[in-house]
Amino acid sequence: MAYLFDTPEQRQRMLEAIGAASVDELFEQIPRELRLGRELSLPGAVSELELEQDLQRRLGQAGGGGVCFLGGGVYDHFIPAVVDELTSRGEFYTAYTPYQAEASQGTLQAFYEYQTLISQLSGMDVSNASLYEGGTAVSEAVFMAMRVNGREGRVVVAGSLHPEYRQVLRTYFSRLGTEIVEVPAAGGVVSVESCCAALTADTTALVLQQPNFFGCLEDIAGLTAAAHAAGALAILAFDPLSPGLLKRPGDYGVDIAVAEGQPLGTPLQFGGPLLGIFTCRSEYVRKMPGRLIGRTVDRRGRECFVLNLQAREQHIRRDKATSNICTNQGLLALRATVFLSVVGPRGLRQMAELSHEKARYAAASLTRLPGVVLKYERSFFREFVLETPLPATEVLTALAARGFNVGPELSRFGDSLGEGLERCFLVALTEKRTRAEIDALAAALGEVLSG
Amino acid sequence: MDPETLYFAKTHEWVSVTGNVATVGITDFAVRLLTDIVYLSLPVAGKVYRPGQALGEVESVKAVSDIYAPVSGEVLEVNSGLPDQLQLLSESPFERAWIVKLKLSDASELEKLMNRAQYLQHCGG
Amino acid sequence: MRNPTATRLLFEMSESGRGTVVFPKSDVPRVTGIPEPCAEHLAGGLLPLPELAEPDVVRHFVNLSTLNMSVDSHFYPLGSCTMKYNPKRHERLARLPQAAASHPYQQESQIQGLLSVLYELQGMLAEISGLPGVSLHPAAGAQGELTALLTAAAWFRHRGEQRTRVLFPASAHGTNPASAALAGFECVQLSGGRDGFVDLSELRSQLDDRVAVFMVTNPNTLGLFEKDIATIAGMLHEAGGLVYIDGANMNAILGRTRPGDFGGDMMHYNVHKTFTGPHGAGGPGAGPIAVRDFLAPFLPAPVVTFDAARNWYSLASPEHSIGRMRSFFGNVGILLRGYCYIRTLGGRGLREAADCAVLNANYLLSQVRDFLEVPHGNRCMHEFVASAKRLKEQTGVTAMDIAKRLLDYGFHAPTVYFPLVVEEALMMEPTETESLATLDAFAAALREICSEPSELVKGAPHTTAVCRPDEVNAARKPILCWSGQC
Repeated sequence: MAYLFDTPEQRQRMLEAIGAASVDELFEQIPRELRLGRELSLPGAVSELELEQDLQRRLGQAGGGGVCFLGGGVYDHFIPAVVDELTSRGEFYTAYTPYQAEASQGTLQAFYEYQTLISQLSGMDVSNASLYEGGTAVSEAVFMAMRVNGREGRVVVAGSLHPEYRQVLRTYFSRLGTEIVEVPAAGGVVSVESCCAALTADTTALVLQQPNFFGCLEDIAGLTAAAHAAGALAILAFDPLSPGLLKRPGDYGVDIAVAEGQPLGTPLQFGGPLLGIFTCRSEYVRKMPGRLIGRTVDRRGRECFVLNLQAREQHIRRDKATSNICTNQGLLALRATVFLSVVGPRGLRQMAELSHEKARYAAASLTRLPGVVLKYERSFFREFVLETPLPATEVLTALAARGFNVGPELSRFGDSLGEGLERCFLVALTEKRTRAEIDALAAALGEVLSG
Repeated sequence: MDPETLYFAKTHEWVSVTGNVATVGITDFAVRLLTDIVYLSLPVAGKVYRPGQALGEVESVKAVSDIYAPVSGEVLEVNSGLPDQLQLLSESPFERAWIVKLKLSDASELEKLMNRAQYLQHCGG
Repeated sequence: MRNPTATRLLFEMSESGRGTVVFPKSDVPRVTGIPEPCAEHLAGGLLPLPELAEPDVVRHFVNLSTLNMSVDSHFYPLGSCTMKYNPKRHERLARLPQAAASHPYQQESQIQGLLSVLYELQGMLAEISGLPGVSLHPAAGAQGELTALLTAAAWFRHRGEQRTRVLFPASAHGTNPASAALAGFECVQLSGGRDGFVDLSELRSQLDDRVAVFMVTNPNTLGLFEKDIATIAGMLHEAGGLVYIDGANMNAILGRTRPGDFGGDMMHYNVHKTFTGPHGAGGPGAGPIAVRDFLAPFLPAPVVTFDAARNWYSLASPEHSIGRMRSFFGNVGILLRGYCYIRTLGGRGLREAADCAVLNANYLLSQVRDFLEVPHGNRCMHEFVASAKRLKEQTGVTAMDIAKRLLDYGFHAPTVYFPLVVEEALMMEPTETESLATLDAFAAALREICSEPSELVKGAPHTTAVCRPDEVNAARKPILCWSGQC
């Protein structure tokens, strides 16, 4: 059942029109010795009902049935019903990349609105229409910085940047001879002094994150100034919910700001598909990777939207393109657009404040337990690092068994976050977590540590 | 600028030499190939270029092409008004749409370039 | 029945004080003793986002959606995109809370079911490709290409070999050279033969010990099966290089032949093409790769492994892994849709899909070739490339004009001006999920258009909301967001 239409009579008519005796004849282009000659060895076809039953049985309960306090780049935020409803329209999700503008004004206008909303959210001049996710967005930002200032030898990265984003950087730049220098974040943040020491005349950019991977707030103003003083670009990976409460990247004067856009209306989905947000100063627009939607007029003077500056992209520029990206994350950008439309500035502020208040309350409750401390005595947003007397993996396993999904443990990332962190783990709070859930978590942790 | 007195590169740049100053632009053929030109980026003053090094870019809706230095030299002057008057590229490609003036460091490099007749043949005409 | 009030920009509909989503008041007390963000971290005022009422938002996006063509609403024969039907059952199954609400850092014990599905998918993609080492990690086809090239580069380095070049045909998709350049390789383009195939003597002349990989799409972007592919692979292997198969056109060969069997060493899949992942107006996709067993240790991390003794699935890092290409595991939401497709079709169903895709394309070819030149012959695989060159010479009507006029007839245009090797190219891929009636109607529309007065065609589209946006002006003075900020 492959969603086929033809009856045997129709098939016959088509073969006659083609001038072939059989469908097999159409495959004679494939040399005999290359033909598979057997059916693919795959499980036999199942019906929709059987598949649903199979998946329901195997996948088990959502989140293991536990309450989500997991952080580390994607979070269990509220998604209003309208987002699913509108983005489930087939006209949106079964449409293609808007190469034929007249057949895609719905998509194009929505992406233009997305670009504007992200620009308003981030305080940056211009946004593209999405990249894959936060990690590759950071790498693309570094490539762009190199195009802007012509320095290709070296990039300085805060050790408090998401360890997976730093891993992606290493993979992308491994063959290109770029030196990646990490500045350790002892104490939970990087210092201006240590970054200044690392910034040399051939450094293309300083890469920071706010809040950083530990949830802590960095001195972005000071660090941006340090980067600029060294002639390097300031690249900031920011949290897309944080502008509801905190200063925006544009307010700090950074050159390129990227983000993992998942909190804006995308479900967790075990980590993908996500939403890579990419913004920069207007003077750099021709060096931006990814698709850009622009406003123009048509032959009759009517306002309309088009894919803009395509000459920079792979399908035209090929080996000299600003990026190799083709398919991006269109539908997730649409989700973010609908999300921001219905949440609005007040809703976003509420979400940010609630996440913040609940994180503070959780930190206070949990650190009242004996031996439990805030690892970094610094202000934080939405998540924080706890240290307990027991190994983190043990603690998190025990909490999961009691119905609380907490983490990740910092040791999961080797020593890329520092040494001696085996008893440390992240705890993240969103507007969805209730006081009762937080109190229950504290009680459970108390049991685990004393038992 | 009489095209007959110019030197031409395979990559469609032209060079005019007066004393030790080489004036560089792109040819009418290149402009026609590109069709609607939307953007031009100029080289940096004071920078030294070698032959074959990209010293700028010209962008149309259909393509982005590098502009290559046909000879070595230090950038003396750029035509800073040109990016805002891109129509000059089709109206006056060999005169008012000059792109950069280089301080010619090695006149013998001119021998590697083509004359007008050779260039026209190179373009297939 | 257009509603221009509803399709104003969101920012033009904004009124201060409007709002939609409200949240409950905080149920936690304020606390002390926990470090507070200082003033310099805090925002000034309310963000300048639009303030909208929910009914307006709904009406806005519903109306915008009606300005789109989509697979759900129109025939969409975009060559090289495989715009086949997106089964709705996949949407429901991929949204099962157990999959949609799983956090990537969840305990392994809680995600055994999900990991078992992903592990099974790895195996299925290995079987379909004939290449055993599978990674579900890349976010899209282009990232798959880059991932495979980096994997190959790591393998060469491990063997102490320094290979710097990647070869590809002029008919290749632009992502091929773009990915090769990103991977740090020098790109060498082959012109190919007049017949549209790889020219063996041209290839031979470029083969030396600098060549790492030859990237080739098979069937190629002209919709033809490279009959010499085994010879080509032999030549590459003899020169110490590898063959990369761009799997964008897998829909033509499912169950008939496999990249691993015809000499490919690595390939990528486009789950959002072959396996019905919806195109989403430009993504998301998923670009898993499959490689030979000797390349598998270099694949990116993580991969799913299975310990039969413990009956336990884990995420692991291959022994010499190139590392991570993106955060977290992969585009699981899209991978699940592909998984559902393969499960509901089975091996035989996949072959039937390919059979019908090829039948439909050949039929469409037979119906258009008497009025539109098809330069590369009367047979094709799942797509073919027609040329409007003669029409342009006779009447001035171009491929772009035909594409625009098709919109008036209620069809989305085929791909135009790709591949670059055909002048005034129209690349048509009907896919298997289209009826004979649709194909006949499309062919009739094309026939009609090719005999219409040229002014009518050049003035098209006449029935859409907008007509021929001015892209030149847009590129000269880009306006990339509202209120002229950009």
